[in-house]
Amino acid sequence: MSEEKVITVKGLTKRFGDFTAVDGITFDVGRGEIFGFLGANGAGKTTAMRMLCGLSRPTAGSGTVAGYDILTQPEEVKRSIGYMSQRFSLYEDLTVLENLRLFSTIYGMSKREIKERGDIVFRQLGMENMRDTLVSDIPTGWKQKLAFTVSTIHNPGVVFLDEPTGGVDPLTRRKFWELIYRESSRGMTVFVTTHYLDEAEYCNRVSIMVDGRVEALDTPRNLKEKYHAATMDQVFRTVAGAAKRGD
Amino acid sequence: MSAVVQVTGLSKSYGDVHALRDVSLSVEQGELFGLIGPDGAGKTSLYKILTTLMQPDSGKATVLGLNTVRDYRAIRSRIGYMPERFSLYQDMTVRENLEFFAALFGVTVRQNYDLIAPIFAQLERFPNRRAGALSGGMKQKLALSCALIHKPEILFLDEPTTGVDAVSRSEFWEMLNGLRRQGITMMVSTSYMDEAQLCDRIALIGNGRILRTDTPERLVAGLDEQLWNACADNMYGLLEAIRKLPHVAECYTFGATLHVVAEDGFDPEAAKRQLEAGGLKNVEIYPAQGDIEDLFIKLARNE
Repeated sequence: MSEEKVITVKGLTKRFGDFTAVDGITFDVGRGEIFGFLGANGAGKTTAMRMLCGLSRPTAGSGTVAGYDILTQPEEVKRSIGYMSQRFSLYEDLTVLENLRLFSTIYGMSKREIKERGDIVFRQLGMENMRDTLVSDIPTGWKQKLAFTVSTIHNPGVVFLDEPTGGVDPLTRRKFWELIYRESSRGMTVFVTTHYLDEAEYCNRVSIMVDGRVEALDTPRNLKEKYHAATMDQVFRTVAGAAKRGD
Repeated sequence: MSAVVQVTGLSKSYGDVHALRDVSLSVEQGELFGLIGPDGAGKTSLYKILTTLMQPDSGKATVLGLNTVRDYRAIRSRIGYMPERFSLYQDMTVRENLEFFAALFGVTVRQNYDLIAPIFAQLERFPNRRAGALSGGMKQKLALSCALIHKPEILFLDEPTTGVDAVSRSEFWEMLNGLRRQGITMMVSTSYMDEAQLCDRIALIGNGRILRTDTPERLVAGLDEQLWNACADNMYGLLEAIRKLPHVAECYTFGATLHVVAEDGFDPEAAKRQLEAGGLKNVEIYPAQGDIEDLFIKLARNE
């Protein structure tokens, strides 16, 4: 992990009427870092993430993502990041290749780039024989890998993963994390939310949001020490359990 | 004890997709029974058959001694069902929803209020709020209250904690424990393996098949593997290095450590020396206690 910052956020705030969803959060994420973004339901994670992805304009505060200003350059931000959510990532009624082409085109890649990158990706994934299979017909584990690959097809400096492993079996979940490790070791920054607290242990640093604020932020090891906890699950219960705001 | 749910050789396909393959299990009176498996394992299909919403292709299921196909009407008034998707009327208020479900089952809210009181307590503050305007956790409490208002003999809960954070998840399990103390039989499905140990008995389900059924303790005891924890400064490097060691059947991440499934002949001291000679720092290897996730991984591996 280098000193180079891929995400910087200062006093980031979002208000809806008199409700402050995100309340002045400040943090940096370095290049190649795996950053766990945790919080109870309703703590403000999704709102914060939408601002970082250039989808929602902050009420106050500032931030840069992949070198672009989230207030003044939201379109540039969108083009420079990857995004994958558990709920929607792939078109089930398109083939593997069609999905890959569709997303590559959306990200403005040229025909030649798409072909070159596509060949590399299929080889790496070991999915060459599945090119023309409908996504609905491939097993969950493959879908996951494909969704991640498609969301990073344009080689972004940072990828946002919103509960990428929800409902997935333990083995597939682990294989997915190995993919994250690999990309991180190649320099991609990974910003990830999860409800599985064992996965928080895999992150370089973890932040825990409570009632719109970042209440804790450190390495898993330091957090466990600070809260006298054996696991991140206990840390989370201690920190998030103190929330005043209902979800 | 008598079986409240008895499932024998149940199969269900949707076209080429085998959702359930020869599934058999039973749930006893007063049990909190867990159906544990990932998305797409067949959990919801089994629930739809048990709650009489769908017919099996073959095999048989009885609930409270009644046949789910033949006696569906009799079953429906005696069971409670909380489906995975929020299924209350969003534009009706909290109170209207509760009264509506009570009326459907021919009871009054007052009659069975004691049963739902601990769950409904927090909703009493806003009886006139529309259900659609409730927060996720509150919706869940209302849905549970509505599923219970006719005092069912068995409650079917399909993935009640999916997408719910760890704090709310433990609150929800507290509520289920309260119901268990009142003698309500429950069948709850989940994709969170750590919830398995909160159940009296569990069935592990994968690809439409029941892989194992037993108490969580006995399932873990039957894991029968040499399991070690391993950690070092560089965990990803460690993972790759351990996989190349002799007498290692498998190595996978497990929270703060790696789990190493060893074969006969594995020597932790020798392994540590070899890993450190390879450049890894602060290597530790010590015995691990397996849990349901280890078992699931083992079963998935053998498929």
